[in-house]
Amino acid sequence: MSETEIFDEMWGRDGCLREPYRAFHAWFEGEDPKRLRAKQREAEELFRLTGITFNVYGKAEAEERLIPFDIIPRIISGPEWARLSRGIEQRVRAINAFLHDIYHKQEIVKAGRIPEEMIRRNDAFLPHMIGVEPPGGVYTHIVGIDLVRTGPGEFYVLEDNARTPSGVSYMLENRETMLRMFPELFSRIRVRPVQTYPFELRRSLAASAPGCAAGDPVVAVLTPGIYNSAYFEHAFLADQMGVELVEGHDLRVVDGRVAMRTTRGYKPIDVLYRRVDDDFLDPLNFNPESTLGVPGIMDVYRAGGITIANAPGTGIADDKAIYSYMPEIVEFYTGERPLLQNVQTWRCSEPDALAHVLDNLGDLVVKEVHGSGGYGMLIGPTASRKEIAAFRRKLRARPGNYIAQPTLSLSTVPVFTRAGLVPRHVDLRPFVLVSPGSINVTPGGLTRVALKKGSLVVNSSQGGGTKDTWVLED
Amino acid sequence: MQIEIHHSTRYRFAEPVTFALQQIRKTPKSTPHQTVLDWTTEITGGAKQLAFEDHHNNVVELVSLERDTREVAVLSRGLVALEDNHGIVGRHRGPAPLWLYRRHTPRTQPGAGVREMVRGVQGETTLDWLHALSGQIRAAIAYEVGASHPGWGAEEAIAAGRGVCQDHAHVFIACARLAEIPARYVSGYLLLDDRPGQDAMHAWVEAHVEGLGWVGFDVSNGIAPDTRYVRVATGLDYADAAPVSGMRIGGAAEALDVRIDVSQQ
Amino acid sequence: MLGKTANGLFWMSRYLERAENTSRLIETGQRIALTRLGDDAREWASILQTTGAYPAFMAAHEEVTKEAAINWMLRDRGNPSSIRGCIEAARQNARLVRTAITGEAWEAINAAYMGACKSLSRKVTERDLPEVLQRIRQGTALVRGMILGTMMRNEIFDFLRIGTFLERADFTARIVDVKYYVLLPSVSAVGTTIDNVHWESILRAVSGRGGFRMEYGAGGGPREIVHFLVLDRRMPRSLAFCATKMEDNLRYLDPEGRTASLRMVRDLKTRYLSHDVSAIFDYGLHEFIQSVLSALGDVAAQIEGDFRFYE
Repeated sequence: MSETEIFDEMWGRDGCLREPYRAFHAWFEGEDPKRLRAKQREAEELFRLTGITFNVYGKAEAEERLIPFDIIPRIISGPEWARLSRGIEQRVRAINAFLHDIYHKQEIVKAGRIPEEMIRRNDAFLPHMIGVEPPGGVYTHIVGIDLVRTGPGEFYVLEDNARTPSGVSYMLENRETMLRMFPELFSRIRVRPVQTYPFELRRSLAASAPGCAAGDPVVAVLTPGIYNSAYFEHAFLADQMGVELVEGHDLRVVDGRVAMRTTRGYKPIDVLYRRVDDDFLDPLNFNPESTLGVPGIMDVYRAGGITIANAPGTGIADDKAIYSYMPEIVEFYTGERPLLQNVQTWRCSEPDALAHVLDNLGDLVVKEVHGSGGYGMLIGPTASRKEIAAFRRKLRARPGNYIAQPTLSLSTVPVFTRAGLVPRHVDLRPFVLVSPGSINVTPGGLTRVALKKGSLVVNSSQGGGTKDTWVLED
Repeated sequence: MQIEIHHSTRYRFAEPVTFALQQIRKTPKSTPHQTVLDWTTEITGGAKQLAFEDHHNNVVELVSLERDTREVAVLSRGLVALEDNHGIVGRHRGPAPLWLYRRHTPRTQPGAGVREMVRGVQGETTLDWLHALSGQIRAAIAYEVGASHPGWGAEEAIAAGRGVCQDHAHVFIACARLAEIPARYVSGYLLLDDRPGQDAMHAWVEAHVEGLGWVGFDVSNGIAPDTRYVRVATGLDYADAAPVSGMRIGGAAEALDVRIDVSQQ
Repeated sequence: MLGKTANGLFWMSRYLERAENTSRLIETGQRIALTRLGDDAREWASILQTTGAYPAFMAAHEEVTKEAAINWMLRDRGNPSSIRGCIEAARQNARLVRTAITGEAWEAINAAYMGACKSLSRKVTERDLPEVLQRIRQGTALVRGMILGTMMRNEIFDFLRIGTFLERADFTARIVDVKYYVLLPSVSAVGTTIDNVHWESILRAVSGRGGFRMEYGAGGGPREIVHFLVLDRRMPRSLAFCATKMEDNLRYLDPEGRTASLRMVRDLKTRYLSHDVSAIFDYGLHEFIQSVLSALGDVAAQIEGDFRFYE
């Protein structure tokens, strides 16, 4: 792809300042770059002090690292956002309807819209969820929809994170940092607030409490522990919501409920916002080796004694092979045309698609069906011949494990460097809260930015950074 | 026919238990051909936490053993009325989709042994084929109490050429699923003509045949389940239908005493 | 509150207090060694014995040298109770209880940690030592100040305070016992300048020199110092003061007095801290201190059980 095809969210394709950035740009022009550099360092110091770090997997010693933060906000206009959030809401509605259907009558399979073997051969389908009615009918209490932009009006959904989307703490801390450093900016430009998210989250979780909850529902956050890469976020959310942060060994089944060990005895939990994967959630029913979970929690769940958020088994909806059916899924359950576009996807399990992918590896992005975090993927245009050859072998050995997509020319947003503003590729993960009867899209989200010139990989584990994301009040 | 069942399981631990959770699947349900007239489960030494119906529609009771437990007993008794159905259980009712019963589990994962077993089976109709399969398994794997291990899968039983009803069931299920026929494991009680006292529950299988629905096969006895068979739990394999499964911390050196009495009323 | 959280709070404040006290002890060691009575080695061996770390130190070293002893207590990876180890452990526990403490308290701990990481990343020279030790104490004091200034007086606070005073009582007892280990050259040295320098150093170690002088003017010998460090309820590092604070905070947690830990603290006070100082010397100062230390250990174990720190 040539440079001119790339859409810059500040400068467009033609170098003309776009409207949403006008006020910000005027402020920026009046700033001394020296002061801004000092501010950038100050921001880093602030992050280090508050301990917003993540642990990197695959290091001998779990090392704490900062995710680089860039002070130039990513700005979305009000009308742009209105369109986006309608599409997101529609998609999330469809995902919940799909999950209910797939664990009950499977009408969508019976109707022939999704082949049976897509479900039957799918490891993300969790038989233990068959026939379960989650309290309030909600499966995905928290969803993160990964979007990319390729033009003024062109947004694509890259991924639906329906299991345990992470990163919301960065959305909140990025805003907090910008507010602390540039208060004058926020009095000039009206940006829609995101700071009520923790409050909304708690309210939303409480609204999905099981029938047995008495009074104000007891909510807790389940973390795998302080060595988990997202521990900071787990603690942050528990703190902001004012609820307990628990680990598996704090919990056990008592009187038919899941209860936490307090200094005064066991206390039942109504809603557990768990940040532990399905497989590790219940050693009695799933992986018996797990020490992170609660034995018997699935039994309590089936008996209606607790709400697990997100529900177990939601991974079937963010599976990358199922992703390719999302347009059908949206139409099937909402009766509407999808408002957000899917990226064209080749399922390598299909011989024709595999042949096409093998012929065009150099132009495609190939991903593992169940992978995440940017691990185990091939980006054709930037890969070496050796890497492509190695991937070709992997693809031939287990085609069903992969999907492929065209390389999109992701939009760029300027980042602040010593050399001034330079364009870098970004994506966007808005966060969605689902409670019985309502879907709430937080205005903004997490903008991840690839800090290396020309790089399309925005994942923090691969050296990406973040930006504050502004939705303008207009 | 009415069958009376009396089933007691008693565990004794030389070292006290620190904590344990057990799932108990010992409660039969009423079906078109089986009416549970009376059923009670009593637990001593443990606390019943809750009960629910799992994804195979089994009644599961969750029991916890608290610190310092040295002995626990589960006593189930009841009365079940049965009508003859010639082994035909009927249409699939769910909640799990029928295709789930075509999914292999670690215990039914087919290997060379299962493939070999299936190769020799002949049958004009699916039903004939399944009967022939049952006969072939019974001929190939001698019924021998104590010959197998509860953790065995189909391949291990075929390799050993010996096993118990559980092994027969796993081999049958593996073969049927290999032939793309949905199949499931059934655990239950069997009225024996010669003696009421038994020391284990029985296991057999059901396969799904178009037009008939679920059809039972008692591979070990070479017959179709009749009014002497009380169905208790079903699942993809033993793990799903086991009468007791769970986890335990502490409680080494366990001694198990099982007494089952099945008699005609 | 979760049992695990109570545990984390208790240990967070114990480790902070331990880090601070270890820095005091190193200073005392320096001061005693500077009196140049005998060889460095013997003095530092005594200091290590005071902390109970002597066997572990000797397992890792051939002989006691000043450099090795200071490095051991300051930053040696082989010593989990080194200042560096304590501050890391305090921060680890703070991460565990992040939701229970205020943002300010957390940031203060994080800052203390980052400061210690920086100043202890390499061997500390004798010249830099006083400043490093002072910075560490300032760091922990800032945490304590943030806790006092920003946290609700609820059970979270109680567990923090119990941890602080338990650890502080333990340290004060040990420092009084230094005199048992730091032997005088001869019995006749009792009451000599050297002896007095030792006692003076001990007072300094607990920031008690000023208070003691306020109380006793130019007078006051070993008996008065022991009275001051053990029985004086106005002295914020004395055993009596610490025990009273522990009792108060345990009572807030357990107003009905049902826990064994509260009974044990009350018993400790009656048995050891309600007599005359002469009773202590009659009992034998070293034996008295050893009994108190063992009673404090029992209280700590009982608190763990009473408040379900563990499964």
